[in-house]
Amino acid sequence: MSVNETGKVFIKGNEAVAMAALEAGCKCYFGYPITPQSDIPEYLSRELVKRGGVFIQAESEIGAINMLLGASATGVRAMTSSSGPGISLKQEGISYMAGAELPGVIVDIMRAGPGLGGIDASQADYFQATRGGGHGGYRIIVLAPASVQEMYDLTMLAFDLSDQYRIPALVLADSAIGQMKESIVLNARKQISLPDKSWAVRGRAGDDQQNVVKSLYLGDGEMEAFHWKMHARYQTLSDYECRWEEVMTTDAKLIVTAFGSTSRIAKTAITMAREEGLKVGLMRPISLFPFPKKAYAQLSDHCKYFLDIELSTGQMIDDVRLSVARDAEVFFYGRPPGAGSLPTPEELLEQIKKFYQTVISHQGD
Amino acid sequence: MKTVFKRPDSLKNVQTHFCPGCHHGSVHRLVAEALDEHKIRSETIGVASVGCSVFLYGYFDVDVIESPHGRAPAVATGAKRARPDRIVFTYQGDGDLAAIGMSEIIHAANRGEDFTVIFVNNTTYGMTGGQMAPTTLPGQKTSTSPYGRDVKNDGAPFKMAELLAQLEGVAFTARVAVNNPKNVLQAKKMISTAFRYQVEKKGFSFIEVLASCPTNWGMQPLAANQRVSDEMIPYFPLGIYRNTANL
Repeated sequence: MSVNETGKVFIKGNEAVAMAALEAGCKCYFGYPITPQSDIPEYLSRELVKRGGVFIQAESEIGAINMLLGASATGVRAMTSSSGPGISLKQEGISYMAGAELPGVIVDIMRAGPGLGGIDASQADYFQATRGGGHGGYRIIVLAPASVQEMYDLTMLAFDLSDQYRIPALVLADSAIGQMKESIVLNARKQISLPDKSWAVRGRAGDDQQNVVKSLYLGDGEMEAFHWKMHARYQTLSDYECRWEEVMTTDAKLIVTAFGSTSRIAKTAITMAREEGLKVGLMRPISLFPFPKKAYAQLSDHCKYFLDIELSTGQMIDDVRLSVARDAEVFFYGRPPGAGSLPTPEELLEQIKKFYQTVISHQGD
Repeated sequence: MKTVFKRPDSLKNVQTHFCPGCHHGSVHRLVAEALDEHKIRSETIGVASVGCSVFLYGYFDVDVIESPHGRAPAVATGAKRARPDRIVFTYQGDGDLAAIGMSEIIHAANRGEDFTVIFVNNTTYGMTGGQMAPTTLPGQKTSTSPYGRDVKNDGAPFKMAELLAQLEGVAFTARVAVNNPKNVLQAKKMISTAFRYQVEKKGFSFIEVLASCPTNWGMQPLAANQRVSDEMIPYFPLGIYRNTANL
């Protein structure tokens, strides 16, 4: 990898994740091989160790997430990564981390499923990612990069948000973004003030307070109080940490909405539609939890038609429908994941034109 | 006046939830004595597992991470690798370590992770009410082996101290019991050795403690103590199974 004259490097999405982890000060990485994310452990097995960090190829995804739990409990920045089947195995540990208010970054390079599925790009793990995924009722921070640059930037942001809110953070990409190469700028880590980790388990030397990282609450009302405390924290996330991108939405009669890889294709398609005179925009959520509900609500004040596009039979559409005004209509076009299902811009343009006709027939020109 | 007996500093001055005659209290005390002896209390991180041992943080005056069921060796791996200057131990029961957590314990041992495992083998799942464990003896009746453990159906009990002794990364494994004063003294010595090996960064150390569970065995405490001698020790012989100091 070399830096070119414009200060950019030409790298894969997965490599960008690994490089961002280094820049973010990640001290420990624990992983297990699975396609299409193996570039991440491969990169870190070389580079993290050179910098005095810890790299362990764990015995399983379950081992890896629990190593992350243990490292994170001592207050260091730590990360794991995987894809569908492995992320399913990690759900136990993620639930325990959520229950113990532990930070930690998990990268999910989605592949087709269910089961062994396939290694093609997928967005069918949206529910698993945004609804908590494991048992007990919790949420984690979910960030959805749509470019290699964002793989880098959002991985760093994931470390910061996770530390700030003491909630695990998931970077949710797919094989298209993970395996794609693009030129990016390796931005330096932002120096922001984060709360100190006085809760961390480091032995009692120093403060002589017993610190306990746990998720067991047996006392009367303790568990209930925990849930309400976390509910309030999730609300704070919704209030302050929603991220999204809008493209040509101001005068749009139809707003296409998509995240991650699909939003890239959709962006090309709406540009083509604009060239043909269709007033079409794009709303791309970057944070999937918290979901930018208010932004959707505001858009639906002036635009009553949305077209949700996903590499699934429709999951994010539930959040879109819950966010837009009640008189707004949300259309759907999906390509469930699998070999050959990634749509072309022309295919999406065709869908946009079809739904645009419906909008015009409802609304007039 | 010379103090001849006192509560170890590493134990809190609280009552435990353990049943009458349960050996967890004795094992807790021996571990606490080892932490005191090596003066490592303030740098120790305990990893609690799931089962009767989950309340470790309530009794030990050290920092504690609670682990998912069976995953304590993975959690301890993360903690020790992140903070190699700390002393880390897991405290796990037989269902936790030898059933759901078999993968984690084998791999942590094989990597030679520099922490200590206290494995309490009472041949049953205590917390959940006395179900068959991976160490339940052949013929032993439990709530899920009402006709007695049938080796043809359930396999034979795992001998963990021997099994882990086969792995190159392991510095020390021993099996001890705490059912009589002689055995307690021997157990104290072995647990102390295990922690000393960690202090000396020798690698993975493992102590299997044969323990009673009078409640789930349906026995009086004294009869349960006797069962350890009569039934458990013949199947699970006491002794050191691997000691890198002797290799």
